[in-house]
Amino acid sequence: MFDPSPILSGHRLALARLLTQVENQTPLAAEALAALFAHAGRAHLIGITGAPGTGKSSLVNELTKTLRQAGETVAIVAVDPSSPFSGGAILGDRIRMKDLAGDSGVFIRSMASRGALGGLARATAEVVQVLDAAGFQRILIETVGAGQSEVDVARTAHTTLVVEAPGLGDEVQGIKAGILEIADVLVLNKADRPGAEQTLRALRASLDIGRSATSAEAQAWWPPIVQTVATDGQGLAELLEQINAHRAFLHRSGQLETRQRETLRRDLELRLRESLFQRWLSENPNGQLDHMTDKLLARTLNPQAAIQHLLEGGK
Amino acid sequence: MAERKIRVLIAKPGLDGHDRGAKVIARALRDAGMEVIYTGLRQTPEMVAEAALQEDVDVVGLSILSGAHMALTPRILELMRANGQQDVPLFLGGIVPDEDVAALKAMGVAAVFGPGTSTETVIEAVKRVARKSEP
Repeated sequence: MFDPSPILSGHRLALARLLTQVENQTPLAAEALAALFAHAGRAHLIGITGAPGTGKSSLVNELTKTLRQAGETVAIVAVDPSSPFSGGAILGDRIRMKDLAGDSGVFIRSMASRGALGGLARATAEVVQVLDAAGFQRILIETVGAGQSEVDVARTAHTTLVVEAPGLGDEVQGIKAGILEIADVLVLNKADRPGAEQTLRALRASLDIGRSATSAEAQAWWPPIVQTVATDGQGLAELLEQINAHRAFLHRSGQLETRQRETLRRDLELRLRESLFQRWLSENPNGQLDHMTDKLLARTLNPQAAIQHLLEGGK
Repeated sequence: MAERKIRVLIAKPGLDGHDRGAKVIARALRDAGMEVIYTGLRQTPEMVAEAALQEDVDVVGLSILSGAHMALTPRILELMRANGQQDVPLFLGGIVPDEDVAALKAMGVAAVFGPGTSTETVIEAVKRVARKSEP
């Protein structure tokens, strides 16, 4: 029987070991997640995404320091992509977070995406759940903005920061499509670099265009642009203000509950689908799917009819 | 159940600034399918032990070319023991005189790899000792 008390009382080794179980999706992890579920749901989940080279890890480092000064406990989940060739990964985000060492109010966990088709592994959301249940007040989820991962982070997090930096071509190409759907706060990091002005103008221009095409409802929170120089700590106070303002907006507008409802519902449907399929597999003779596939290949049966047969337990 | 990955910490404790070897090993382990948490330079023993704990690694690898291994290694082992990670194997790579190896092994170091050790040797050694059992 899984005993949740070590996790709830902040026992670090127990927490670290459980996170490994969760990553490996073991039966023990499933039991633990069930036991801890009622204790989760209190943390403020903050996603941080952006292209490589924008300074996300340094920003996470500084933001955590700022939160700690305000007396809050912080967990950080830093996700890096696994190599599609070897399945391995180099997880180097801790390199930028040396200032946080030795602080018992901080917990940093590095994760590899483990081939989750460019997005976040389901395990990431579950790792976040465990850290939430363990009592951390803010959980920062850092990921490289590439492919599906931005969307996944935005779905998991309550407040999503999209980090940009000058000189990466955005001032010429304009903002990557889809950013406006994801960003709750836009961060222009490395704002002391040449090209910062142009990038800022490009960001503002894209936001203005987007705004006129958006409903009043969606405009109730319009992503502010915060300029930072993470390595110097500049702009962090303003960034935290905007993050807190967004959180207040979510509560006030009822959107927090709406988002949580959507996430829980989506997860429930996914689990139901998986369970139903597993049940079907256990109740039906082996080889049925192979048999159907043979017929499909020979074009003597079409997929729509095949599904009917399978559901009716026919052949 | 998802596939299990071997998680390895590669750390450079102390003031030693030569990290090419550590990076070569980190890349080799990644290419062998492992997840490598690379801490970067100038780690204190406390930082190494803290990373090993939070990341729940299967193996800790220290890279020390400064000659400070006899001071840093016991401290790190002590901290890991205090954290309940006495069963996590610790490897040491770098510049280690032969006469120190016996003492290091006696302290609890699982293996010492000098210059010229092939990446294959390190990969095999990690695979052999990595904790794969379920608690």
